[in-house]
Amino acid sequence: MKKNLVQSLAIIAATLMFSITGCKPKNAGNATEGDAASKVYVPPGKYDEFYNLVSGGFSGQVSVYGIPSGRLFRVIPVFSRDPESGWGYTEETKPMLNTSRGDVPWDDQHHLELSQTNGEVDGRWLFANGNNTPRIARIDLKTFRTAEIIEIPNSSGNHSSPFITENTEYVVAGTRFSVPMDNQPQDVPIDTYKKNFKGTVSFLSVDPKSGNMKIAFQLLLPGVSFDLSHAGKGPSNGWFFFSCYNSEQAHTLLEVNASQRDKDFIMAVNWKKAEEYVKQGKGQVQNVSYAHNVYNDSTHTATSTIETKTLVLDAKNFPDIVYLIPCPKSPHGCDVDPTGAYIVGSGKLAALIPVFSFEKMQKAIAVKNFDGNYAGLPVLKYDAVLHGEVKKPGLGPLHTEFDGRGNAYTTMFISSEIVKWRLSDLKVLDRHATYYSPGHLMIPGGDSRKPFGKYLIAYKKITKDRYLPTGPELCQAAQLFDISGDKMKLLSDYPSIGEPHYAQALPADMISKNSVKIFDIQKNQHPYVALGEKNSKVVRTGNRVDVYMTMIRSHFSPDNIEGIKVGDEVYFHLTNLEQDWDVPHGFAVRDAPTSELLVMPGETQTLKWVPDQVQIASFYCTDFCSALHQEMQGYIRVSPKGSNVPISFSLGNNSDAPGEAALDDSIKTD
Amino acid sequence: MKKILPMALLLMSTAILSCNSGSKTIKETTNNPDATAIAGGQESVKDDVSQKDVVKVAMSSPDHTTLVAALKQADLVTSLSNAGPFTVFAPTNEAFNKLPAGTVDDLMKQANADKLVNILQYHVFVSALQPDYFKDGQTLNMVNGDNLKVSVNSGIVTLNGKAHIVKSIPASNGMIYVIDEVLLPPSK
Repeated sequence: MKKNLVQSLAIIAATLMFSITGCKPKNAGNATEGDAASKVYVPPGKYDEFYNLVSGGFSGQVSVYGIPSGRLFRVIPVFSRDPESGWGYTEETKPMLNTSRGDVPWDDQHHLELSQTNGEVDGRWLFANGNNTPRIARIDLKTFRTAEIIEIPNSSGNHSSPFITENTEYVVAGTRFSVPMDNQPQDVPIDTYKKNFKGTVSFLSVDPKSGNMKIAFQLLLPGVSFDLSHAGKGPSNGWFFFSCYNSEQAHTLLEVNASQRDKDFIMAVNWKKAEEYVKQGKGQVQNVSYAHNVYNDSTHTATSTIETKTLVLDAKNFPDIVYLIPCPKSPHGCDVDPTGAYIVGSGKLAALIPVFSFEKMQKAIAVKNFDGNYAGLPVLKYDAVLHGEVKKPGLGPLHTEFDGRGNAYTTMFISSEIVKWRLSDLKVLDRHATYYSPGHLMIPGGDSRKPFGKYLIAYKKITKDRYLPTGPELCQAAQLFDISGDKMKLLSDYPSIGEPHYAQALPADMISKNSVKIFDIQKNQHPYVALGEKNSKVVRTGNRVDVYMTMIRSHFSPDNIEGIKVGDEVYFHLTNLEQDWDVPHGFAVRDAPTSELLVMPGETQTLKWVPDQVQIASFYCTDFCSALHQEMQGYIRVSPKGSNVPISFSLGNNSDAPGEAALDDSIKTD
Repeated sequence: MKKILPMALLLMSTAILSCNSGSKTIKETTNNPDATAIAGGQESVKDDVSQKDVVKVAMSSPDHTTLVAALKQADLVTSLSNAGPFTVFAPTNEAFNKLPAGTVDDLMKQANADKLVNILQYHVFVSALQPDYFKDGQTLNMVNGDNLKVSVNSGIVTLNGKAHIVKSIPASNGMIYVIDEVLLPPSK
């Protein structure tokens, strides 16, 4: 009996150990929790539960992951050239990167926002901001391609973007750098900042059917820095909230000079009111210049139009549009909870998180409970609009997302953790270390009216020793948490492209069921399409040569071309005749100082090539398309300038002198 | 000891359950019912948009039920659903009926699988031959390794001097040529 007792105690002790090590590895950056592996394992052939669309930061692109597996499916080229797909290299896509100042083939892509209907994500479009050259892109989630890019005038550094209103009526842009307005002198001393530099936020309308964006109006504002923003929802629909820093209006050493005041602001904008003024014809039309680039899936071609007008409302002349809410210490995140009742400001230098009440704000506005004004804009009394403060949440609060169960989750950059707290009583409920230094975080639908509060992903700024090292330049990282229980559980840790800032996610079937497999070649309206091999041809017009070339397993038509001369401008218009899912063909010409083409089934894309020497130039298919992919190749004879060799082209007219070369193995002529 | 072990197991399982209590309501990711279909080869890919491949074309033809049954028996459906490019000479049911009585039944027996595979592979050429690629006197080296002789006379293509191409059908991953005779590999 005694022996049995000892044994049973030992077993109980072992059991306890198991339960402890099994579910509570405290501060264990090298351990996941509980049955983490099975929770992120998606067996071969099965699908992830969520699409996760992640900003690519300084890569300029957007990446697509599966959650919970963390598998990378695709990188969507947006603001940066992509030689892999030809984005920004092909004649069709070059216009997408055009700006009022010409081709800008790179940007810094920070924030993403899915289109919404009634405040819920709807899976139609994804908006992406360009943080350097102020732009907003719209990605079509049927094709996972960038469908539109619009430049923002009167702006510099489009950081506070591309957040949307709850029915995607508007997508906003807010300038991070205040600058002289576009119609004002630009050549001014920088120390005239307070006099000459202004801020703006822009409201771009989104066509409910096509998704096309249009700058509806811009609000002229004091010269501060707009940081982040989110729309009101539900009861607060009709309002938009922007965090701003540098109310000190410093123009140098901002790390000191923009942190002088106790409080900066959350700017509340009554956009429905502004909309009314616009309808009344108020505001001033200004002459500006900005590019509006639209990709057309029928012509498979983008057009870039330079627009010349914008409507500006000077906010201080419309006293019921803009109110400033004091917010401690350079607020960064500006997040509205799913009920629309609370606005969370994250002062990145603050020791607390202020939570504002929309209802209190409305009351304070009604009774004009103001604390003076800032540059002519009414400042609301802090206490009058405050719901409460989350006390000592951690260090360096940045961003907050919501689980739809009354809880909020805030990243703490400095203390390198995620803190879960309750909106109602502002009590901290849980905290979990991250590895290391989180910036944004994301819950699927976590900034909408309907979060899918099962997972949370934290996007880290610092990786250091998390993965096998790759020299001085390391990938950045994402950490996936299970937030379905009371305590957050770390499930997995995986690398990301560029620097991930904000991200979005939604249930997979909201997108997957609409995903385009092929482009219908019968609907191909490209001006240089070759509808079938019979229509492939080579046409010379002066020194311009248009090659209407087709691709199908496993040859190009034509694949022998003669009569090209040095200095000709040769346009290869490649039409992929395939109508089969996942059969793109590639096209590359030797020494072409550009990228390849990657042409989807039913699509036409164009590569421009100016041969600079006499040569036999080879070309081939770059995408392993079939068993005879390696045979998919051809030749171009380039003759000297002034040569008399006429244009000719062919497919399959093999030489009649087989003695000089080995016969093809598979087709022999007796 | 006998009693203690189950007790310990019970305790352990309680401990495990208590770890999971917060996530009990979560549907397992791997239970996604939409994902269960993706278990076979490319022939089981759900795709109602693309042009049909050679297998799907054959399957939709009432004149090719024997060929389709044979392809299944020979386990060639997955291969022919691949990217190709293929030229498939597709004998009609009637063509199979021209074989001596009992031949087809015999070939469909598991014991004769190799023979069936050999015959069927003699009907497939890798490359999507367009009708105008056929030339009189051409030899095609078929997938089974044997050669097939092509003759073209007044636009009529004859294979091995016997089978006639009666129809051509483009497919996503190649060309199907309907023929009126089964092609038999040369005896060795």
